[in-house]
Parts: sequence; structure tokens; C-alpha cells
Amino acid sequence: MKNATTTPARYTGVAITLHWLLALMIVGSFGVGLYMVDLPFSPQRLKLYNWHKWAGVLILTLSAARLLWRLTHRPPADAPMPAWQARGAHAAHLALYALFFAVPLLGWAYSSAAGFPIVLFGVLPLPDFVPVSRELADALKPWHGWLAKGLAAVVVLHVAGALKHHFIDRDGLLRRMWPAFSRN
Amino acid sequence: MSTRLIRLALAAALIGAVMPPALAQAQPAVLQAAGSEIAFTTRQMGVPVEGKFAKFSAQVMLDPKKPENGSVVFTIDTGSARFGSAELDAEVPKATWLNVPKFPQASFQSTAIKAAGPGKFEVAGKLTIKGMTQNVVVPVQVVQAGANSTATGNFSIKRLAYRVGDGEWTDTSLLADDVQVRFKLVLTGLAPL
Repeated sequence: MKNATTTPARYTGVAITLHWLLALMIVGSFGVGLYMVDLPFSPQRLKLYNWHKWAGVLILTLSAARLLWRLTHRPPADAPMPAWQARGAHAAHLALYALFFAVPLLGWAYSSAAGFPIVLFGVLPLPDFVPVSRELADALKPWHGWLAKGLAAVVVLHVAGALKHHFIDRDGLLRRMWPAFSRN
Repeated sequence: MSTRLIRLALAAALIGAVMPPALAQAQPAVLQAAGSEIAFTTRQMGVPVEGKFAKFSAQVMLDPKKPENGSVVFTIDTGSARFGSAELDAEVPKATWLNVPKFPQASFQSTAIKAAGPGKFEVAGKLTIKGMTQNVVVPVQVVQAGANSTATGNFSIKRLAYRVGDGEWTDTSLLADDVQVRFKLVLTGLAPL
């Protein structure tokens, strides 16, 4: 049976679920974010901004849960690969985790500084951890965008690496994170 | 010449006899721009967003001991509404919202003022925004310190009753109908409470 000292072959069900759920939410929020900023003032813009903020808060919360899970559950061992690639993969994971927090927190801070506190789902007011300040809002806004684009760039690297393992190395690495709908 | 003078004197005497002494003696209070503010809070998808009017004027004729004889007239420059967000500030003057080019001013004209406790008054009146007039009752608390009287209060109005935010913005799940109005007015020259 399962032994705590051996590394598992696959990520846990919780880790896999959080991975793909967050992947969808992050890609979706990124797309909405790129689209909404150019919209003229309209109900659609207002809705998308609020949905984007709510999604960001959920991403932040789920990422915190995911980090806790990751710290308390051993992931599978590295697939055989050159050390530089393993180091690159780990650095990418570290950057991803850092950005899972940094990007939503910057968005939240920007929203607060701009005088629009976040009210989750339109009913739950969240605290502002920065004061309302036009200067602060102007300073934070580009950083939210830059780091979101940085996150997108790391995601592209991460996906490219996974696809390389799957299609070129054919080492089955992707199966560790693939949802097993009909696993024996 | 002399008959005109006599008529004038008679008229003056008549006015003096007919007018209540309190009104005849009440001096207009002077609104001090410094420290005064009129703010309003809207709710966009549950998010409170506060704006302010930078320019407004008031004619306050009030003897706090005889408030029923007093009157308050307010004029607000709609073009001075500021949210502090460039996007919203650019939006407010448009026809959908305050329609500043057509309705550069909003106004309040009291119809009845009554005492409502120590330093407290209830000011009923007509509020006109965007050419639409509604009756409102405004609770006011007055505190005096030195030469200054500070009147504060808040009340809520229904924006749709003034057609503020029409068309697709009539959806109150996006933008609440209720708008909270908060004011703080620093006056000089108001008689003691």
C-alpha cells in the first residue's frame, strides 16, 4: 500500500483538480482582462470588471489552498531529464506560485486604491489593504498587467515543457497531472 | 412725489406688520466653501463608489429658534461632480447621467422646516435633478462652535426618479436605484441654537 516515504507516481486527486481548475480560471481571467480594458464604459464593461475581480479573489484563495496542499503532500519525483531542465522546471513552478499570489494581490490593491473596493459576488465586501489614492492606483495598475503577462509567459514555458515531455521525450510525464477519469 | 413717499411708507409699514418678526430679522447665513462638502455614494454591482460635488451654493435664512419660518435654497453645479476616477468623471456629464450641458444645475428648495430635537431639523423640500422634481425630507444636525455652524446629514434618493442612468443603466442589479447623499455645510452668521 501507500508509503509516506516513497514518492507517488501521480499527483493527488486534489492537486490535479486544483491544477486544472486554476488553469482554466487563470487563462479565462487573463483573456477577460485583456479584453475588458479596451471596452468603452458600459454595463458589459462593469460586469466583466467585477467578474474579473471575483475570479481573481477565487484564484488567490484556491492558490492558498493549493500551496498548503503542495507543502503537505509530496509530488511525484522528477522524470529523468538533464539537470538544467529539472532546475528550469522547478524555477518555473516557483515563479508560477509566486505569481498566483502577486497578480491577484496587485489587482486587488489597484482596485482598492482606485476607490473601487471589491465586493465578492456583489454581496461580500472585502477589506482594502491600501488607502484610496490616485497616485498609488496609477503606480499599481501597470504592475498588475506586467506581472499578469509575465505569468502568461511562464505558463507558456510550462506548457511547452509539458508538451515536450509528452511528444518528444515520450516519458509519460503529462499522465502524472492528467485527470484519470477511468483509472483502475 | 410726496404721495409716492407716503405709499412707500405705508407699504413698508404694512410689510412690517404682516411679516413675522423672526423672518424679518433673520439674517442670511453664509456658506463657507472650506470644510463644506456634498458627497454621494452609488452602488455598482454592490460596490460603493463615492463622488463629490465641488461647486455648490446655498441661501440659508434660518432662525434656529423658529425654523418653521426659515428657508433653504441650494444650487449645485452638476458639472462639478467628481469620482476621482478619470473614466467615471468623463462619463457623468453625458446625457445618460447628469446631462450637464442641458441641466448644468441641480437644486433644492425647502418647503417646510421643523425642529426635530436639540440642534436637529427636518427640512422638507423639492429636489430637482435633470429637470425632474421630487419631494425629499432631509434630516439636518447643526453643531455650533464659535462663529461657525456646521450642518450635517444624509439621506437617500432614487436615481431613476430623476432619470439618472437611463437606457441600459436602468438595470438596478448593475447600478442600485438608491443613492446615498451626505453633506457637511459650514455656515457663518446663523443665529444661536
